[in-house]
Amino acid sequence: MSVHPLVQVTDVYKSFKAVKAVNGLTFQVDQGQFLALLGPNGAGKTTMVEMIEGIQQPDRGEILIDGKKWKHHEEEIHRIIGISLQETQYIDKLTVHETLALFASFYHLPKNRVDEVIGIVRLEEKQKAYVVNLSGGQRQRLALSIALLNQPKILLLDEPTTGLDPAARREVWDILQKLKKESGTALILTTHYMEEAEQLCDYIIIIDHGLILKEGTISQLLKVEKDKKIVEFTLRNDHLPAGTDSDHSIFRIHWNKELRKGSVELNEFDKELPEFLEFLHSKKFTIEHLESRRISLDDLFISLTGRHLNE
Amino acid sequence: MNEQSKYNQLWQLLASHLKEVIREPGVLFWGIIFPILMSLGLGVAFTQNQDTLRKVAVILHSTPNRIDSLLLYYTDSADSSGDGVSYKLTIKNEQMGSTTFRFYSMSWDEALVALKRGVVNVIIAETYGEIEYHFDPRNPDAQLNYLKLTKYFGTGRKTIIENTENINPLTLTGTRYIDFLIPGLLAMGIMMSTMWGLSYGIIEKRSKKLLRRMVATPMRKSYFLISFMTVRMLMNFAEAVLLIVFVWLVFDITIQGSIPALFAIFIAGNIGFAGLAFFVSCRTAKTEIGNGLINVIVMPMMLLSGIFFSYHNFPDALIPFIQQLPLTLVADGMRSIFIEGAGLLQIAVPTTILFVGGIVFFLLGLRFFRWY
Repeated sequence: MSVHPLVQVTDVYKSFKAVKAVNGLTFQVDQGQFLALLGPNGAGKTTMVEMIEGIQQPDRGEILIDGKKWKHHEEEIHRIIGISLQETQYIDKLTVHETLALFASFYHLPKNRVDEVIGIVRLEEKQKAYVVNLSGGQRQRLALSIALLNQPKILLLDEPTTGLDPAARREVWDILQKLKKESGTALILTTHYMEEAEQLCDYIIIIDHGLILKEGTISQLLKVEKDKKIVEFTLRNDHLPAGTDSDHSIFRIHWNKELRKGSVELNEFDKELPEFLEFLHSKKFTIEHLESRRISLDDLFISLTGRHLNE
Repeated sequence: MNEQSKYNQLWQLLASHLKEVIREPGVLFWGIIFPILMSLGLGVAFTQNQDTLRKVAVILHSTPNRIDSLLLYYTDSADSSGDGVSYKLTIKNEQMGSTTFRFYSMSWDEALVALKRGVVNVIIAETYGEIEYHFDPRNPDAQLNYLKLTKYFGTGRKTIIENTENINPLTLTGTRYIDFLIPGLLAMGIMMSTMWGLSYGIIEKRSKKLLRRMVATPMRKSYFLISFMTVRMLMNFAEAVLLIVFVWLVFDITIQGSIPALFAIFIAGNIGFAGLAFFVSCRTAKTEIGNGLINVIVMPMMLLSGIFFSYHNFPDALIPFIQQLPLTLVADGMRSIFIEGAGLLQIAVPTTILFVGGIVFFLLGLRFFRWY
């Protein structure tokens, strides 16, 4: 068993003209570990992953895959990684089986491997369908099956469920969760869906503007915030009068005009909830619906940047 | 592990590219059916003796004058069909086909508008009792109308039959327009199919990010390029064979020269254009830019290389340049084999230029090629 991490990223920088896409990232991924790079669009996730994939070169810093640099080890590294790029469109008029056979030939794989991965991603019924006729979810599963062909030590998936409906997203998650249980493959996943990172990954790195904002396991990330709760509510009179959610209020209420729904962060839930209800009562608001939930990664991201993850 | 049960990379690449092409019905139509239809259309248009219709404007005055009496004497009586035709004159010719002149009576201003629109190209008017012909002397069609009309007005013959005893129509295979056209169409087919098929195919794969996905595997890049070019060459070969068989059956066109020579110029043409196509597509990931780049290469050659009409009508200073264009090299080489009976020796120079040029452009393309 190797003593070094499968992927070691050390102080990596990458700029495009004036834009600093990746600004000194350092992290590592061990065998069997599922890691998420979580951040909004433009955070530098894809640039970072493409540097690990060898598609882009870092301006500064070092990337080692299984202890090796890309330079002089291209062939070896290609054989141990499996990747799914963002927005790759495969050949329209090839069938699923033909597409997989083509990619299997690049790895000199036996023919039965194609049938195996078709089974893993549950595309048996579509194996004779042209790629052009697949749904968005089926195309993502095809991309995933191509990434799995060579039984990679490390799988790199760049936003594998972006643009998919919840059911299709769930299907991809199920496949990845099964993979996690049954194989020793490590995963680096980029996403701006907090649920995806939470559901699939052991370790989450929140990045924005090419910098790591926070990292850790989900429990580590939310531990410091465990007493904090979010209260979401709707009002019978359907709207919040102007000024109530201003900085001068005791509570910082976020009022979503489109959803006609308010939310407020309570740092000490037990103590502050009665005070908050009293505050609403004093303003002559009648609560129609109220629920509380634990803080999420999105709330954490908002507290760090003032923006939502999917903005 | 059993070697037999594994996929072969080169074979898979060849099969994938081929399936991609042949499963697109539009590709088959534009690549194979369209050139055949074009040869049929142009062949029929330029090989049949057809009666031609020519339209002329005449400026008539309210009082009868010389033009009236001239037209009344030489032409059929005034037409009453209501389409504005005042007189008709037919010059009969069995060899070249009859020519019918239609004379439209109109005012000077109307005649000028008709001339600008290309409805007529000669205006006949009368000034102080003299008949005058107004036309652009640089327009060969107008010149021909003028010459024909002035030749027959004044002969006193009411039924005009052109004397064609001294005309010997060249209908021997090899001397007809269609014989000139077909080798050019074959050459053009190689250029268009290779430039568009290869360049556009590579650019499209780059823009769809498929190229970067493929090279993120242990795929041998040389196999990818070889398979792409091989499939295109096979398609070009199928297109050429079908066109040759078609024109042999319909127009009785045969290859008078050496088949190996034809094969050599075909291969050299494919390599030449493939190199050029590869060079054109080596950087861009935008299909719109690809369109422009391909057009910049193919359009000048379409106009200059003498595919439809001889390039010897261009200024003398341009001709040595035109003769070195890849399309001219292929078209002239093929023509010399088809209609002059040329062999390998006669086409050695253009074949070598195309071959070497293709390799040079291929290497240049490889130097600047962007896989990602």
